[in-house]
Amino acid sequence: MAAGELWEVFVRPRRGLAHTHVGSLHAPDAEMALRNARDVYTRRQEGVSIWVIPAGAITASSPDEKDAFFDPAADKVYRHPTFYDVPEGAGHL
Amino acid sequence: MTGSPGGELFAYLLRLGDDALITAQRLGEWSARAPEMEQDIALSNIALDQLGAARLFLTYAGEVEGAGRDEDALAYLRQDFEFRNAQLVELSDTDFGTAIAKLLCLAAFQHPLYEALSSSADQRIAGIAAKAVKESAYHLDHATLWTVRLGDGTAESHRRMADALDEVWPYTFELFESDRVARHVAAARIGVDPSSLRDGWLDTVTGVLRQATLDLPVTEWRPTGGRAGRHTEALGYLLAEMQVLHRAHPGATW
Repeated sequence: MAAGELWEVFVRPRRGLAHTHVGSLHAPDAEMALRNARDVYTRRQEGVSIWVIPAGAITASSPDEKDAFFDPAADKVYRHPTFYDVPEGAGHL
Repeated sequence: MTGSPGGELFAYLLRLGDDALITAQRLGEWSARAPEMEQDIALSNIALDQLGAARLFLTYAGEVEGAGRDEDALAYLRQDFEFRNAQLVELSDTDFGTAIAKLLCLAAFQHPLYEALSSSADQRIAGIAAKAVKESAYHLDHATLWTVRLGDGTAESHRRMADALDEVWPYTFELFESDRVARHVAAARIGVDPSSLRDGWLDTVTGVLRQATLDLPVTEWRPTGGRAGRHTEALGYLLAEMQVLHRAHPGATW
């Protein structure tokens, strides 16, 4: 049995939270990838929803582009909302 | 034993528990040996589901028997002729196809069985079945997906899946045999007469095989005897491995 394609797995831990990348696995097709993800990554009630995405479908930034991509943000301190007072009771900011 | 009050219930619980226990032990053999790591984990998960159900059924069986036997005594200290599982579940897994064929046939039986048992007049059985029915739905789903992929896969996977089905098919008839115990628990509304599940099972399995481009096996041979304690040679070896630790070190825990 061929190991099949590589899939990236995203799990949403609870309603209201975003899907988070948890790892990857091999599967012959999307349906099996979803089952495998259920078995490999949600054995201990880690999630309520799973996404699987063919690893090849992901376009990633290249390490060579790191400087052009990320360095320009380094001196833009005004982009951080640090000048605001956080109201009482507002979580997750 | 079966003549005493509660004897039929005890006998019935052993059947339910032993089917699950022996399935768990066989599937556990795939740990670290499955064709790929993902299947390793999937089959081990299913094995653990089966073990969980087995423990609950055997614990209850021990209480009903009232002879002081707990789940460990029933699992580890009975001889092969005292086990009441169907022969299907004890058969050796000669390859991954056999494991999937057995799981398909068993899950297509256990799922409607647990569904019916979840409204059993016996609250303990109803509770165990209500938990197990969700698990067995997944077992059936898993076995279905693999049967379709192997059957409708390559020429080699099709051949091996067809061989596996031919091998296990004769043993499926025993699952649906009715006898005094089955009729008694069905009449008391605490259990299910398995003969009532045969038509639905055949519909389910036939549908999967059609999707998998596999033919329904044809056989006149219908081995039987597991519910009466008559087993294939395979069970003895399985029990030797399963029981050796407990027999060598009684009460060992980890």
